[in-house]
Amino acid sequence: MSIFESENRLPQTRLAIISYVIVGLMVLLLVGFWDLQVVDSDHYLQLADRNRIRTVPVIAPRGAMLDREGRVLVDTYPSFSVLLLRDDEQQVERLLPQIADGLELSLDDVRQQFEAAKALPHFQPIVIKPEASPSDIAFIESHRADVPVLEMLMVHRRRYPPNGFMAHASGYVGEVSSDQIEEANGRYKPGDIVGKTGLEKQYNEQLMGTDGQRRVVVNSVGREVGRLEQTDAIPGKPIRLTIDYDLQAVAEQDLAGKKGAVVALDPKTGEILALASQPSYDPNDFAVRISGEEWQRLNDDPEHPLMNRAVQAQLAPGSTFKILETTAMLESKAIPADFKVFCPGYATFYGRTFHDAEKGGDGDVDLHKAIVKSCDVYFYNVGQRLGIDRLSYYATKLGLGRKTGIDLPGEDTGLMPSEEWKERTFHQKWYPGETISVAIGQGAVVVTPMQLAYAYSGIVMGGKFMQPHLLMSDQPAPEIDFPISESTVDFVTQAMYDVVNNGGTAAASKLPGIEFCGKTGTAQVVSLDKRSGGNKDMKNNAWFVGFAPRRNPDIVVAVLVQSSGFGSQFSAPIARDIVKAYYDKKQGKLPQQLISKAGSAPGASQAEIAQAQPAPKSSEPIGEQPSPPSARGEEQR
Amino acid sequence: MSSTRQAGGIRDYDWWMMAIVFAICSMGVLEIWSATHASGLAGMHWKQVSWIGLGLAGMFLVSRLDYHAVLDKAPILYLIGLAALVLVLAAGHSRFGAKRWIPIFGQFLQVSELVKLIIIIAVARFFADVRSDRLSLGDLFKAGALVAVPLGLILLQPDLGTALVLVPVVAAGAFLAGLQWKHAAALLLVCAMMVPVAWHSLKPYQKDRVTTFLRPEDDPKGSGYQILQSKIAVGSGGFWGKGLGNGSQNQLGFVPVRYSDFIVAALAEELGFAGVFVALALYTALLLRLIQNAQRAKDRAGMFLVMGVAAILGFHVLVNVAMVIGFMPVTGIPLPLMSYGGSATLFVFLALGLVMNVRLRRFVN
Repeated sequence: MSIFESENRLPQTRLAIISYVIVGLMVLLLVGFWDLQVVDSDHYLQLADRNRIRTVPVIAPRGAMLDREGRVLVDTYPSFSVLLLRDDEQQVERLLPQIADGLELSLDDVRQQFEAAKALPHFQPIVIKPEASPSDIAFIESHRADVPVLEMLMVHRRRYPPNGFMAHASGYVGEVSSDQIEEANGRYKPGDIVGKTGLEKQYNEQLMGTDGQRRVVVNSVGREVGRLEQTDAIPGKPIRLTIDYDLQAVAEQDLAGKKGAVVALDPKTGEILALASQPSYDPNDFAVRISGEEWQRLNDDPEHPLMNRAVQAQLAPGSTFKILETTAMLESKAIPADFKVFCPGYATFYGRTFHDAEKGGDGDVDLHKAIVKSCDVYFYNVGQRLGIDRLSYYATKLGLGRKTGIDLPGEDTGLMPSEEWKERTFHQKWYPGETISVAIGQGAVVVTPMQLAYAYSGIVMGGKFMQPHLLMSDQPAPEIDFPISESTVDFVTQAMYDVVNNGGTAAASKLPGIEFCGKTGTAQVVSLDKRSGGNKDMKNNAWFVGFAPRRNPDIVVAVLVQSSGFGSQFSAPIARDIVKAYYDKKQGKLPQQLISKAGSAPGASQAEIAQAQPAPKSSEPIGEQPSPPSARGEEQR
Repeated sequence: MSSTRQAGGIRDYDWWMMAIVFAICSMGVLEIWSATHASGLAGMHWKQVSWIGLGLAGMFLVSRLDYHAVLDKAPILYLIGLAALVLVLAAGHSRFGAKRWIPIFGQFLQVSELVKLIIIIAVARFFADVRSDRLSLGDLFKAGALVAVPLGLILLQPDLGTALVLVPVVAAGAFLAGLQWKHAAALLLVCAMMVPVAWHSLKPYQKDRVTTFLRPEDDPKGSGYQILQSKIAVGSGGFWGKGLGNGSQNQLGFVPVRYSDFIVAALAEELGFAGVFVALALYTALLLRLIQNAQRAKDRAGMFLVMGVAAILGFHVLVNVAMVIGFMPVTGIPLPLMSYGGSATLFVFLALGLVMNVRLRRFVN
């Protein structure tokens, strides 16, 4: 008999219980679905949209900078940044070695960046590599599934001329700081790239443009599968500068390897034709992401490569001050124009002996000879007779001790001392002996190269001081009028013509066929430690301010070469080269060294100039106090 | 003696149940199509249709056998099942990090599906042999041991989901065989005490799934990602759904294995609460229909066989659906008749074949 034959009663109750349990559980599940699909549906719909819709910024390209003839100086190029999505930190942590390997970064670097960003909200991605190489892009695309935390962002990278060409005028861009965001009142958002210095900062509004955004549908591995809508980016506007690329190139070339600045401008309009400062830095280093080390190096460099010496070097003007003093003497009529002095090579004032640069003295000296030979003893006497307050009044009217108003951030004011200034600053009386030092551009008076170019422009234009500017404009620049009599202008310009052309201090820089005029200056400096050590081996700051032609000039050039020697030897030839290039260009022949470059694209010519420029020597001895405001010329005569 | 039994005719098949099964399969095929038609997996629904066809044939064959004859062979089948499990461990084909497949007929068959069927038969045979209304402790342990051996082998693959599926078979069997309440209570207590030990032996990914289930907000992109994405799909579907082929979570691949384990999430997104209601109603109807067949079985053996099938299918449905809405951790248990999968579909139809078999012989004496 089979086992199945014995018929047991089926457990009908227990079968029924199972039915009820099944129905009960099914109802429970349905309640769960009701909760999700009916009660909380909107919430999940939102989450689903957030899942599939990603807002991607469309970065507006920054406006280019063009030179006065429309040649491109600074522009942008498209590039990709690698973003690290940090929504899931544990996942990122796990993938770090793979990421570092794939992007050819060091694991330490990647980890450090990741750790540093931990304070930021999780949803905010960080730029892990600012400039993606083709192999990085390939890595990201091929590992979307297993390394889903990397994303690419198209950006427009700033491209500057190489080797710091015009770097101090252009400035550089960087990520907006939190202070700037606060100041800007909602115009900037975190991550925006804004101008940090120079023209980039000055004209950021025009250059920046407005970012757009694109709403895209992405699938679960982040691949874009469709577009919903797009707000186009509004590109930044290009700006046209007054800079002449050819003159700038000459300035950069002549200044390369030195320490100093060049400002060339059109005195009739205030348009700046060239503005250079050395040592320089490469703003392209900032365009990607400057490393902490590089930034530290630039900041700690005793040569201060980030400083724009054209508007920020505040140094004793030396003998270049004598032209302002001459103007004061002739315009104030406090001293007769035919005032003469016998120069034995020194003079004694208030019980102290002041020496002349010329050991044997210049003999009988009138005003014209005093300028041409740069006779200190003559101007000691002029200074003493005018007095500090009269000197100060005229010098300030002629542009010293105040900003020229150039359209660059961070311009310094320099200093023109006066009795009132001494009293206010040091609560001390002005010593008459100090006037003697100021009379030859030493002592407390300090100027920037920009100020000297401005002052000379105003004087040679008969007292029309055009505000210097780098942005080309249809509107005339604001001007300040301080009328100077025709006779004074004629006398001063004639004297400066003779400085170059008739046996003066800059005779070596004569230009055939061009009325090249100017005034040299050699300001003595001494470093603090050298003074205490009694070492007399000092390096002077060489100045030259030149212009052409003699009357109604087209161009004024101020040149400073620090820690070099005589203005006639180091600065005048640079001014001469720039003026020569200016006239060569005007006559249709370009300066010899630029002929090959004129026809090619600016980018190419920049590269050639880069080759021509040796890197600034960092081993150059430093013969002055390091920071500019304290690097005052020390009166020694 | 059993040879004298005569099966019923074509009209005796459970056509109501078949209608329900067809409805469920249709929803499944439709949703598999929707989930894959725009991807590299396009055409998958046709494969599923052919598996269903093969399953129907298998069901018919199984229904023609006499289940008593099948139960007679239970010990041999049981040994074959164990041998197959050992074989798959020793030489099986690894896919997705687990050894579960052996190649048969050029297709990969999941051995554990076959074992499920064998366990249903073995358990039915065991309880049918217990001729008492009250299950003794000794018999309870024997039943437990009967299931524990294959369960352990499946755990070694490792395949926690399939291993767990065997538990309700023996649980339902024991319950219907007259499990005493005090034994049940004691058993629950022992299980509760075993939890720490079991936890210790879980694989890291299994622990992840459990912790994620308990606190999904801790880990929204890791193992909690699947549950979260599934819930987003379900919730965003709303009452009427986004329409077939229009679910962004489904179409853009946010729903994990949307054509298989998480097919309910895809269905809920595209067909809404209404679609889910219909699907769950169909499953409820199927299960109740199975229980009804058990109630009308001619003998206890038949009842145990049908209820084994009901237990295993009910467990699949409840656990899978609960997982999709975050009521249960992710276990990798597919939804019978709806999820894409050859072995699983085949198993369900063969199991239903056993049910038909019992039904066809209910009036035979």
